[in-house]
Amino acid sequence: MIAAARTILRKDLRLELRTKESVPAMTLFTLTVYVLFHFGLDRDSLDGELAAGVLWVTLLLAAVIGVSRLFAAEREQGGIDGLLLAPVDRTSLFLAKAAALFLFLVAVEVVAVPAFGLLLLGPGLGGALPELLTILALGDVGIAAVGALVAALAAETRARELIVPLLLLPLLVPVLIACAQATEPLLRQDQGPEDLGRWLALLTLYDVVFVLLSVAVFDYLLED
Amino acid sequence: MYSKGFKPLAAATVVALATAMALVFFYAPLDADQGFVQKIFYVHVPMAIASLCGFVAGGIMAIRHLRSGDSSWDMRSYVAIHISIILGVGVLATGAIWAKASWGHWWVWDEPVLVSFLVVVLLYCVYYPLRFSIEDRERQARYSSVFAIAAGAFVPLNFAAVRMAEAYTHPRVLSQTGGNLPGEMRLTFLVSLLAMALLFVTLWKLELISKNASMQLKRLKRRLAEREAVAA
Amino acid sequence: MPALPLDEAGKYVAGAYVVFVTLLVVYVAIIGSKIARIERELTDLTSEDDK
Repeated sequence: MIAAARTILRKDLRLELRTKESVPAMTLFTLTVYVLFHFGLDRDSLDGELAAGVLWVTLLLAAVIGVSRLFAAEREQGGIDGLLLAPVDRTSLFLAKAAALFLFLVAVEVVAVPAFGLLLLGPGLGGALPELLTILALGDVGIAAVGALVAALAAETRARELIVPLLLLPLLVPVLIACAQATEPLLRQDQGPEDLGRWLALLTLYDVVFVLLSVAVFDYLLED
Repeated sequence: MYSKGFKPLAAATVVALATAMALVFFYAPLDADQGFVQKIFYVHVPMAIASLCGFVAGGIMAIRHLRSGDSSWDMRSYVAIHISIILGVGVLATGAIWAKASWGHWWVWDEPVLVSFLVVVLLYCVYYPLRFSIEDRERQARYSSVFAIAAGAFVPLNFAAVRMAEAYTHPRVLSQTGGNLPGEMRLTFLVSLLAMALLFVTLWKLELISKNASMQLKRLKRRLAEREAVAA
Repeated sequence: MPALPLDEAGKYVAGAYVVFVTLLVVYVAIIGSKIARIERELTDLTSEDDK
């Protein structure tokens, strides 16, 4: 099962490297949204709550783009039927897609987070970097798991582009709450994590619940 | 199938509702801080609890649907979610009225229950477009069940997250539903809760009876049409 | 905010209960009309079948 997942993942990564369809678009999108926030909020620099909020809302919106495109390659080349005919465990498909989405998000954040530090953040990013990376990692796991699930749910409906944001964003509210609250003290003038433990615990619980749930339920999707 | 025991259930519901109303307006004492406005809680909170339990029950029924492949479980899940959404809208409306009466604004972010319900109702509203955009009946049922399970697991997580967030920015305002309700208020609340629970099950059965009958009628029509086609 | 006087508060409380009752009545009415339609079609079908 892990081997099958790795094969699908490698195919998806290779495809993304060749076509460069998702990650550059998501990255460009986050930069554009930063500019929008600058004009919308009429602020040159943010810190604390506002900074955490802008950073995470932007990442969530970018995730919507990634999720919409997650099964696009299979759909466009009729590949989904090919995948389903092969004796591939649905669980492997879920693991591969969630891992792909996770890696896409990490790739986007490698550019988007420093860009945020450059464009909008008042205090520097460096102070609490390990904590910030932990929050990003745990948040990305949750987004990846739920994103893969929503992508599969919406994969075969006619109104796909509408359903993905409407489903994904409410489901990610707990992730947004935990990540924004955890990040906020790291982005203040007097940096330092506060109550990081409880937000990380919430994130971990969310991640565990949704990874297990998606693994259990994926078999019933994309069947024919 | 669903009509068994319906009449006594409906009767019990009516009795419970009437008793609850009587208790609320003639028995329960006036709240020291909020005055008469506090009476809204006897309808607002039971609706909230019933709605939340309904969403989780819908998820559990969806699990049974997926495991058994029996489409009647999908119908039960759909109706439970449907009624819970209606109750959820009622929670938001009564909550807004209470907020206006207590705070002067039609909406407050201080109340974790209200805020959580906003997110939950927004999520479950997508159930309908998701469901009805899938044409194949069997696939429609399967995907709806997956949604119901994910959303059902989401509800408690969301409540926990919102409550944790509100505790930070605003201290808990709603202390009424905590343990420290005086005796008469607690009795009134429990009767109201029981009435709301009975009401939920009654409406659930009622809608299932209606849907079942409609399905059987369709089947009968089809069979009659086939018989006529053969005879011709 | 201090508690509202009884006459003003009454309007809000009445409003909340009216919302609840309205939702209930509308829901039951819709289902009731569906069941009535089913019964009507059923009698139509049985009378046609009898012919």
